[in-house]
Amino acid sequence: MSDFWSIWVSVITLGVIGGCAALLWSTRKSEVYKDATEETTGHTFDGIEEYDNPMPGWWLQMFVATIIFGLVYLALYPGLGNFKGFLNWTQISQYEEEVAYADETYRPVFAKFADMSVEDLQSQPEGLKMGQRMFANNCAVCHGTTGSGAHGFPNLTDTDWLYGGNADTIKTTITGGRTGAMPPWGAVLGEEGVRDMTNYVMSLSGKTVDADAAARGEQQFQALCTACHGQDAKGVQALGAPNLTDNVWLYGGSFEQISHTIRVGRSGVMPAHKDLLSDDKIHLITSYVYSLSNK
Amino acid sequence: MNQIPVKDVTPKSKNNGATESYDLYAKREHIYVKYYKGFFKNFRTISGFIMLAMFYCFSWLQWNGQQAVLFDLPNRQFHVFNFTFWPQDFILLSWLLIILAFVLFFVTVFAGRLWCGYACPQFVWTWFFIWAERVTEGDRNVRMRRDKQPMSAEKFLRKTAKHSLWLVIAAATGIAFVGYFSPIRELIPDLLAWNLGPWETWWIGFFIVATYANAGWLREQVCIYMCPYARFQSVMFDQDTLVISYDEARGENRGKRKKNMDYKAAGMGDCIDCGNCVHVCPVGIDIRDGLQYECVACGACVDACDDIMDRMGYERGLIRYTTEHALEGGTTHIMRPRLIGYFAAMCVMFIAFGYTLYARIPLEVDIIRDRGQLYIEASNGTIENAYMLKLANKSQQDHRYSIEVTGIDGLQLISESVVDIRSGELLDHPIRLQIKPAYLERPNYDIMFHVKALDDADISIDEENRFIGPTNRR
Repeated sequence: MSDFWSIWVSVITLGVIGGCAALLWSTRKSEVYKDATEETTGHTFDGIEEYDNPMPGWWLQMFVATIIFGLVYLALYPGLGNFKGFLNWTQISQYEEEVAYADETYRPVFAKFADMSVEDLQSQPEGLKMGQRMFANNCAVCHGTTGSGAHGFPNLTDTDWLYGGNADTIKTTITGGRTGAMPPWGAVLGEEGVRDMTNYVMSLSGKTVDADAAARGEQQFQALCTACHGQDAKGVQALGAPNLTDNVWLYGGSFEQISHTIRVGRSGVMPAHKDLLSDDKIHLITSYVYSLSNK
Repeated sequence: MNQIPVKDVTPKSKNNGATESYDLYAKREHIYVKYYKGFFKNFRTISGFIMLAMFYCFSWLQWNGQQAVLFDLPNRQFHVFNFTFWPQDFILLSWLLIILAFVLFFVTVFAGRLWCGYACPQFVWTWFFIWAERVTEGDRNVRMRRDKQPMSAEKFLRKTAKHSLWLVIAAATGIAFVGYFSPIRELIPDLLAWNLGPWETWWIGFFIVATYANAGWLREQVCIYMCPYARFQSVMFDQDTLVISYDEARGENRGKRKKNMDYKAAGMGDCIDCGNCVHVCPVGIDIRDGLQYECVACGACVDACDDIMDRMGYERGLIRYTTEHALEGGTTHIMRPRLIGYFAAMCVMFIAFGYTLYARIPLEVDIIRDRGQLYIEASNGTIENAYMLKLANKSQQDHRYSIEVTGIDGLQLISESVVDIRSGELLDHPIRLQIKPAYLERPNYDIMFHVKALDDADISIDEENRFIGPTNRR
């Protein structure tokens, strides 16, 4: 806020409070014709008369108290334009205080499980339940409430892992995130080549395909794809390159979907959570994810 | 559109336009309530004693090994003897409050402000404090005289005693109140060890201040200026409602007299104008001016006047519970449509409420279908749907529940189908349902989840949801 608007807001705010006080002060007493009225103001409407009963005195005092409260509040907290208040209170500072308080409060709860290995945690229903709740809050949006995944988001309940399914690898994935990049080959292969390659890739998982096309595709595959997907097309977990010989398809296993993957590529992102969740929480989520496929 | 005729209502000047200024805010007149005895007072003492005893003692009762009445806000669980209510049951609270409102309407139509006179906490505590005032400072005349005197050692001592006694009652009230929200058997030792949490400290302090200020200082001001009931009760009164009334026909003309004189010959009525009915009135009105909205129908003036009538040798009931019709010499019609209507509505709601409580199943089942995707095609070709079951065990015992799903042949539940839930626990239970595509003839099916406690046949809930599959089956 510029100085002008800051002053503008302050003057109006204080002016209104001052106006209220002045109004209250000036209407304390009333000028009336002596003995003019007995008990009513003289106003009648449809035969209903208005009484002329005075307000209780403490009512006035309460009004004064609210005015004083308002001024004290404006002195302590931000409210007058750019003036920060003498307490230096901000929403952010309050938020941070409360987060710090919550961390302090719940740290012992997490610390209880922090020293156990992920394998030992499998027999701790309490810890797994905590992990499950945090999974629901942080992971379920993409991986589904049950961890079964969705189109483009891996299924965490099966035994097929892009980067590996042991405890440390899962933890690394959650902590640092992953970027799975499949480069586009459409320009290199041409439309014919993409079709041949699709036929070959589909044949790997035992689907019925055009044998000639698949044979042509295999040659291209050996030249272009084995670097990531491996000689046997079984995938390379160090790179996160998927196994093409099973029937698990992250982006769908139909002819069109596989063609699309080869033609324009794919880029999957698992966000890093090291800045979002404490190590103790990641440890519990890891344990829960691990439990999904290691019953 | 006919215009409503405008009437000039400027007050007429009576003294040639001379004006004076007067304060628009009334200074409060302190009301000195006089001690008295009588039938209605005894009635209120008993009812007030019972209610105060309930308030101070109920939090000490135990039930199923826990506090019988405990409103556990942090856990959002509200224990009332055999029942544990959750936030989902708040509709019951709404109904209870509506029922109580109707009871209030019924009672008001029938007998006026019984609530105010005999049951309202504001006044129960006010009478309690008036009693404390009397035992420390003495009765009305003594108090009035002493208040006019300058401060003396005795006055200071008595005032200190009064406020100390008030604060003791207020402290007991504050602690008892907070004891319904924080278990009182732990609260008291914590308090004695000076080891209370910030919220307990704040609320106990708040209720001490509120009790002390309300019953000690504000008293009738709450009824006159703040209480909404005082404002709308007049709508429920009719000419057959019991109100406390001064029998003008019998009382006028009022006046002082000797006890054995023939006052009727002197043209006087039964009222001896002793002022007792005004002195005992806790809201400071004169009932002889007729029914006023300040009157809380406490019956103090009835008792006070009956006492005087007895002493004078006159008949009781110069001030009595009566109705407008009876005062005018007519008959009172107790059975009138308004009363019967309220009574009928009240009974219907009572029965419905009782049945709802009786039929309530202490289990909450909410099913949230996974919003991420319609269905998942697993690697072996089966179609999978994911659900999150939120199961809340609202009973006071631990239970083991089984989960079954019906609705499509060949539907398989591949998650844990038996779960243990402790009393008062809420479990998020992810569920996966799988089916071979061959079984699916339509893209979506209504399915039914059956959740039931294995050890209690009464606890069983069926909840409907949907199973969605692919539209074009290959």
